[in-house]
Amino acid sequence: MLTFIGRRLLQGALIVFVILCLNFGLVQLAPGDAADVLAGEAGAATPEYMAQLREKFGLDQPRYVQLGAYLKRAVTLDLGYSFRFGQSVSELILSRLGPTLLLMGTVLLLSVGFGILLGAVAARHLNRWQDNLVSSLVVFAYATPVFWAGLMLIVIFSIKLGWFPTSGMENVTAFHTGWRRVADIAHHLVLPAITLTMFYLALYARLMRASVLEQSSMDYVTTARAKGLTERQIARRHILRNAVQPVVTMAGLQVGALLGGSVVVETVFAWPGLGLLAYDSLFARDLNLLLGIFFVSACLVVMVNLLVDIAYSIIDPRVKLS
Amino acid sequence: MKDFASRFMRNKPAVLGLALLLFVVGVALLAPVIYPRSPFEMVGAPFQPPFGAYLFGTDMLGRDLTAAVAYGARVSLLIGLVATAIAVLVGVTVGGLAGYFGGWLDTVLMRVTEIFQTIPFFLFAILLVAVLTPSLGSVVFAIAVVSWPPMARLVRGEFIRVRGYEFIQACVSMGMSHRRIIFLHILPNALSAIIVTGSLMVASAILIEAGLSFLGLSDANTMSWGYIIGAGRSVLRMAWWVCAIPGLAILLTVMAINLVGEGLNDALNPRLKRL
Repeated sequence: MLTFIGRRLLQGALIVFVILCLNFGLVQLAPGDAADVLAGEAGAATPEYMAQLREKFGLDQPRYVQLGAYLKRAVTLDLGYSFRFGQSVSELILSRLGPTLLLMGTVLLLSVGFGILLGAVAARHLNRWQDNLVSSLVVFAYATPVFWAGLMLIVIFSIKLGWFPTSGMENVTAFHTGWRRVADIAHHLVLPAITLTMFYLALYARLMRASVLEQSSMDYVTTARAKGLTERQIARRHILRNAVQPVVTMAGLQVGALLGGSVVVETVFAWPGLGLLAYDSLFARDLNLLLGIFFVSACLVVMVNLLVDIAYSIIDPRVKLS
Repeated sequence: MKDFASRFMRNKPAVLGLALLLFVVGVALLAPVIYPRSPFEMVGAPFQPPFGAYLFGTDMLGRDLTAAVAYGARVSLLIGLVATAIAVLVGVTVGGLAGYFGGWLDTVLMRVTEIFQTIPFFLFAILLVAVLTPSLGSVVFAIAVVSWPPMARLVRGEFIRVRGYEFIQACVSMGMSHRRIIFLHILPNALSAIIVTGSLMVASAILIEAGLSFLGLSDANTMSWGYIIGAGRSVLRMAWWVCAIPGLAILLTVMAINLVGEGLNDALNPRLKRL
């Protein structure tokens, strides 16, 4: 178990290392360097001052020395300073992490839960109306651009019906505290969560349906039937437990995509998380901040995958830890 | 071939998808003929609702939304096809090399593929376009970079499967070159899987492009569906159709491609039991 975790940690570290190298490479690709940016912020600069800046930041050093310095800073979470937001990048990201995790956690829970439910229902009623309905929903959800779905939900439920707020995470002028604040945030959470859930719900429903059908043709199901168990018992105690596994694996693998999807959803609903910060940094042309967000998101994905693997080996001891 | 066509035609959703797709392709090809003027040009009063003087109404600058959507089809299809072509080329090369030669090459290539699959792909695409400055080329490049890993994994699996067959061993014992075995014997056997996955990749490429241009990461000189929605967002309260109609165009196009892709899958693999 411990060697397994150790090896996965090593793999995760390798991925983080590659991402940092990628980030560094992208900075080299971008036009201009940090000195240009700083000079731009200051308005104007003499060539002597520029040379001085380059020396100060080590930009006159060879590339590999710069890379080493960059890695060293990244490991200590020193991701630079954002002049546009007047805060260090790591502080800025940390302050935006909570809303994103709240949104992602909600979406993950809803989509996996309802996906399993819908997929199981579709498989139990194969080729009947329930199945056809779920399959049609999947086809639509797969083709719908997430940001557009969000905008249409705003048009219907916020603008026309006035049921939900159009943007933000809470009503900051109301100064709610305690449970009223929780309720307020939940009220704001409904539309963004539904928007992002639709796609993943379809994904998991489809996977669950295939998984249930696959398990239903296994020998152990025949054995259970021969034993005289009712169909309901077989479905609940035997098939579903086994069929859920691929869905959980997929949910773990999809965390990266989910983070990416949250960029557009947070932009649409002005949800103050990492995604909106990424959008803002695009507008402010703050490349360094964008790189920092990318780095932290990738670390988050690596961590979640690791946790899923460990949780998996605890839930199902047959899973080989290799 | 005839068999394949008749199997495809029996699949009603796939035929519907094909008809829809042909319509979109037709509109994309004919856009400059139907609307010779630039879609950026003003034609009348702003905020005209749909089904008035103009089929889809006008946007906040009085531009004809129908023309914009028609030109958007060109951009979406072009970017979707080119980005997918590059991604397929890279994916088949990486997956083929890994699957055919195995050993350390396989380990290295698959590790790289895994890393690319772990990275939050949409954020990576945003980063690439932002660094390279938005243009048709950089958008295509970014989409291709984030799209190839699934293809590589699929092709690797197919190559390993086909490689195990006896006729490949016969080829090896005849002293056939690797190149001949790969291109004449293994690749044709993996082709149906590549075609099916490739067609579905076009759909996801179009969705990624729409997302990028919605965020403002598109070539400033092209009218794309995502761009129209992004620009129309600020007038959502007054003119919902500016956002709604291009989004419907994306939805229908992507759905058509997905249906065709699944139809191809069923028609190319008739022995597969459809679950």
